[in-house]
Amino acid sequence: METKQILDTIQMISEEKLDIRTITMGISLFDCIDSDGEKARQKIYEKLTTSAKDLVKVADQIESEYGIPIVNKRISVTPISMIAAACHDDNYVAYAQTMEKAAETLGVDLIGGFSALVQKGYQSGDRKLIASMPEALSETKRVCGSVNVGSTRAGINMDAVRQMGRVVKDLSEIDPVSCMSLVVFANAVEDNPFMAGAFHGVGEADKVINVGISGPGVVKRALEQVKGESIDTVSETIKKTAFKVTRMGQFVGNVAAKALNVPFGIVDLSLAPTPSQGDSVAEILEEIGLESVGAPGTTAALALLNDAVKKGGVMACEHVGGLSGAFIPVSEDSGMIKAVEHGNLNLEKLEAMTAVCSVGLDMVAVPGDTTAETISGMIADEAAIGVINNKTTAVRVIPAKGKKVGEQIDFGGIFGYAPVMPVNTNSPAKFVTRGGRIPAPIHSFKN
Amino acid sequence: MKAVITVIGHDQIGIVATVSQRLAALKVNITDISQTLMHGDFTMMLMGEWDDNDVKFEVVKQGLLDLAKETGLSINIQRQELFDAIQKL
Repeated sequence: METKQILDTIQMISEEKLDIRTITMGISLFDCIDSDGEKARQKIYEKLTTSAKDLVKVADQIESEYGIPIVNKRISVTPISMIAAACHDDNYVAYAQTMEKAAETLGVDLIGGFSALVQKGYQSGDRKLIASMPEALSETKRVCGSVNVGSTRAGINMDAVRQMGRVVKDLSEIDPVSCMSLVVFANAVEDNPFMAGAFHGVGEADKVINVGISGPGVVKRALEQVKGESIDTVSETIKKTAFKVTRMGQFVGNVAAKALNVPFGIVDLSLAPTPSQGDSVAEILEEIGLESVGAPGTTAALALLNDAVKKGGVMACEHVGGLSGAFIPVSEDSGMIKAVEHGNLNLEKLEAMTAVCSVGLDMVAVPGDTTAETISGMIADEAAIGVINNKTTAVRVIPAKGKKVGEQIDFGGIFGYAPVMPVNTNSPAKFVTRGGRIPAPIHSFKN
Repeated sequence: MKAVITVIGHDQIGIVATVSQRLAALKVNITDISQTLMHGDFTMMLMGEWDDNDVKFEVVKQGLLDLAKETGLSINIQRQELFDAIQKL
């Protein structure tokens, strides 16, 4: 019996908070399309509650038998803008309510796919879905929505960027906390198991199981053993740790897929933090040698971390997918919260970090009086980073209604709280209101 | 079914006997056993094997959870495949 390896594994789970962050079942809704909205929603409800009826049971059983916490059970569906486009409804809020009802029946935590892909233009369903978002997302608890406004192939749809600034602002006027259910993407991926951005892509199979792993605590603990050693050692240590963490994701995904009789899709190699102590990506960067996240050197340290996680994880699983990298959501990471509260991390540095991490400006609270145009400007900047660098970027920003810099907004549970961050108040309104499209970037002369 | 059982707590007389007696009652065969100190605590690891057509995993787990409550020890049981998946190529 290899006792050291057993103890090592148990310690990773019990002390370093290693867990499976999510098992997400992707379900195609193309066979639910109907020109009668009522009938379409009935078919959607039936397909979801039949396809995923054992999802929670199987996840709980894996948790019990293998002793690995599985934090979330989730569902992603085909973007509703495509499914609902065939019906004559003017408003898609009822689709969100159907998703909510199915999620509640199944006992899953979240359901994603109240989404639209408009990187090049709108079809009629996209227009209606986006217009329905503030009402749909504020009236439901478990439904998540996303809109893809740009891609490396298509460029950036500035009409959508302008509209999404408005949508985020309108949603925050109804309920700021609901803004955590809405993400604006560039280069959105089709197999992402993480929320709020998960949707089941059009190129995916009818049903699929995707797994998102976690493990910042495990990486930090491993780095504590190599204090003062060279960066090469840091990189190797992260790779080895990421390998183990990813193996667990691959294993759990396989077991779940087999038990549910659904193909196993991908493991998302993400370091996803939670607000609990010792489960923080910021603390890893500080362990690498920064006094605080936000210090000069932060972008380089994050780039190293992100790359090493991928290198270690790639060999550990059959198929890698999703967002795969280090997440830096402010409210979900105690180290990031601390850095913001102490004035060590500002939005501009955070934006630079998003150029080398897996997503973007995530769970960032801004003052309640931030204008829709300013939010559009932030979305445009993030989209540009993604489109030019051929990576996924996103904005999940929360205008904290009635609050100013220095105050905070609470999301509850694993979503934590976010200090309101100052935003540059110079207006991008004339730029944003021009509309049109930023052309796709050239793919040569890369400087 | 094969599972790794870990027992952690203050060392006490009869600790090995108590755990192995309960496993015998649950029809679990011990195929390997090892003990060490981890952060000053007595830590015992056992490899258990049983016929899961006869005894379900939940029954063994519940039996051990009951024992943990009676003795004040921390007892965990995890299916063995997990350890191979994480630690072996």
